[in-house]
Amino acid sequence: MNNEQFEPTIIGFTCNWCSYRAADLAGTARMKYPPNIRLIRLMCSGRLDPTFVFKALTNGADGVMITGCHPGECHYLEQNYKALRRFHLIRRTLQGLGVEPNRVKLVWASAAEGAKFTNEVKSFVEEIRALGPLNWGGAGGNGHRVETQIPEEVPA
Amino acid sequence: MEKIGVYVCHCGTNIAGMVDVQQVAEWAAAKLQRRGVVIGRDYKFMCSSLGQELIEKDIKELGLTRVVVAACSPHLHENTFRTACKRAGLNPYLCELVSIREQVSWVHTDKDQATAKSMAVVSGGVERVIHHAPLEPMKVSIHPDTLVVGGGIAGIQAALEIADAGYKVYLVEREPSIGGHMAQFDKTFPTLDCAACILTPKMVSVGTHPNIELLTWSEVEKVDGYVGNFAVTIRKRARDVDTSLCTGCGICWEKCPKKVVDDKFEAGMGMRKAVYTPFAQAVPKYPVIDRPNCTYYIKGTCKACEKFCPTNAIKFNQEDEVITVNVGNIILATGYDTFDAKRIAQYGYGRLPNVVTSLEFERLCNAAGPTNGEILLKDGKTKPKAVGIVHCVGSRDKHYNEYCSVICCMQGLKFAHLVHERTGAEVYNFYIDMRTPFKGYEEFYQRVLEEGTHFIRGKVAEINNAPRTKEEEGKLIVQVEDTLVGVQMRIPLDMVILSVALEPRHDAKETAHRFGLSCSADGWFIEKHPKLDPVATMTEGILIAGCVQGPKDIPATVSQGAAAAARALGKIHAKEIALEPFRASVNEEQCSGCRICNGLCPFNAILFHEDRMVTEINGALCQGCGTCVAACPAGAISGTGFSNEQVLAQIEGLLLMNIGEEALA
Repeated sequence: MNNEQFEPTIIGFTCNWCSYRAADLAGTARMKYPPNIRLIRLMCSGRLDPTFVFKALTNGADGVMITGCHPGECHYLEQNYKALRRFHLIRRTLQGLGVEPNRVKLVWASAAEGAKFTNEVKSFVEEIRALGPLNWGGAGGNGHRVETQIPEEVPA
Repeated sequence: MEKIGVYVCHCGTNIAGMVDVQQVAEWAAAKLQRRGVVIGRDYKFMCSSLGQELIEKDIKELGLTRVVVAACSPHLHENTFRTACKRAGLNPYLCELVSIREQVSWVHTDKDQATAKSMAVVSGGVERVIHHAPLEPMKVSIHPDTLVVGGGIAGIQAALEIADAGYKVYLVEREPSIGGHMAQFDKTFPTLDCAACILTPKMVSVGTHPNIELLTWSEVEKVDGYVGNFAVTIRKRARDVDTSLCTGCGICWEKCPKKVVDDKFEAGMGMRKAVYTPFAQAVPKYPVIDRPNCTYYIKGTCKACEKFCPTNAIKFNQEDEVITVNVGNIILATGYDTFDAKRIAQYGYGRLPNVVTSLEFERLCNAAGPTNGEILLKDGKTKPKAVGIVHCVGSRDKHYNEYCSVICCMQGLKFAHLVHERTGAEVYNFYIDMRTPFKGYEEFYQRVLEEGTHFIRGKVAEINNAPRTKEEEGKLIVQVEDTLVGVQMRIPLDMVILSVALEPRHDAKETAHRFGLSCSADGWFIEKHPKLDPVATMTEGILIAGCVQGPKDIPATVSQGAAAAARALGKIHAKEIALEPFRASVNEEQCSGCRICNGLCPFNAILFHEDRMVTEINGALCQGCGTCVAACPAGAISGTGFSNEQVLAQIEGLLLMNIGEEALA
């Protein structure tokens, strides 16, 4: 098992109006991306409570992709700017905790950008694969609870 | 504990071809039993009536309190399954649709991995649905008035349909007259009706209709509100003409000494005055003063129009008027621009005088145009003896626009017929593929073929005026490969018409932003569904019609105008509309009055009560984005449909934290 390629688990937060539809479009157009990402639909990227990201990372996710409408194109006028602020806050907090801030990525994708969504997922999976398993909170990759005890230190 | 039913759809082979649906259903029933799943079923087409009945039966017989359907995107069938639940007596918002088609089977290539991901997705849905609350849709009233933006044939049709049904329409047009591109055309394919003959009666109906308030020379500045209750700010630009006094007699533009090249209506082929109506049958009949070109505004003297106006209607230095109208529905029919042929330098447009665009040629052969319909070269007297028509200029070319502009083949055939009929010239059509679908179009193609028009299949490489032989002297030379014969050709011609692409309006992006819509990658407005809902948009209450959605011909444009009107009328008749009850609300006991949320709402839905030091959210103004919910440090704000509990539970479910170690096998 150990010799196998590490398959990261990624949670993706999508906006109902743009990036969720970009993901739909990627499907309708039969574009292909790796199955490592599991999506959650929010009404807006502004709904993203930083707690969600930490919850995902401590529950077994190795990376989190936050997606929203392009700046200036928010369905709710300007709430994606608030997501942008929180994104920076989350990264700083992660750094303070000794977790690679690059485990969280922000992607703007409009409803027309199925191809962009696909490419961003592909590259993010590779980025997280390169970072290796996070194993935070006693959870292993693939989202399965592992039997090992909580590690004494988090990988930096 | 909730009693949850899990239903996994095969979608024929769409899902079942890549996901072991039976295994997913069985896994959910076994592994998620301790989370409340009492039944897991798979079925060929869950959305079919038999599939829905399956769910309804289980709700009744097994007493299900929650339903999870794993199928296509919720944007397609969420409502279908909610309605099924409702029929069986379960609150529709206790149903969760998770996507294993668009987000699993269609995008992944390994069946085992796709099946495993589907299980995780179902698990996320199960955890989430536990925290769903029964909700009632919010009802809002629909204002009976409608705003139509754009006075081309799409907007005209939409406005007339609604007005004829007895409801008020505001029709906003930024040019001085309605009519749009169609008013510039000479004949319309395939019947060769004169465009003006079929359009101007409709324009007159708009101008005189008691239910239509026509706002020309005006633009929408701002849109507030939501479906049923929009407040639209419109700037009526100063015409410098008092329309209550003006009779449209035309003396002002007769007397105006300033001639200006008309690059809008005449497409640069003719002249107009500084005070003008774009064309004789303009609706409304009132002229406007073109301030940047008016001698009075440039030099401070002249006022010839004012002196000669018999009703003293000319009012210099009039000011813009800004008005706000309340409407329930908005129809956008803002049309298209044409491709700038100068971008293809090798075609010589702008450099070679007898290379003209399709729009310029429309004016050239229009009986009301600058040459009174005589097809003449730029010298103004010579009839061409050989004319070329180049198709797909700026279309079907990845350097410019990848899409097909739809109308150019038929337009090219129409031009071929008109040139042949009026000048007897030899006509060459240079095409990539001939596309003549729809009623009567193929027949027209056959007719033009029989008239002796030459058809050369090949993309024109270059148009130049550098002769190599005596007979090429003084001619335009078209360099093209006839790909059916495989021969390079140089064809000397007198005039070349470039069938230019239809493009989104130069300011389409700003318009989309103003109305809260999105554009596709090539700039056309995105419809709600490309096949099943082509005139609706993602923004409830805002409809689109005509070329704003993509290139189309006149019959399709008129159909969309009428379809959008029918949509608006349906809402007006229903008098109210049900909206998703996803709104934020504050638990006053938990609110600490910190006011962090107060600055976050762009809809002004958050109020602060100074006396009680608590915040309140106005449910009527709240749009449900959830930004304040995420921001509240006290957790006092909750958002229905997307609560913290729901999202956190879904995360746990997606990461399979809910099933315990026995499920890891």
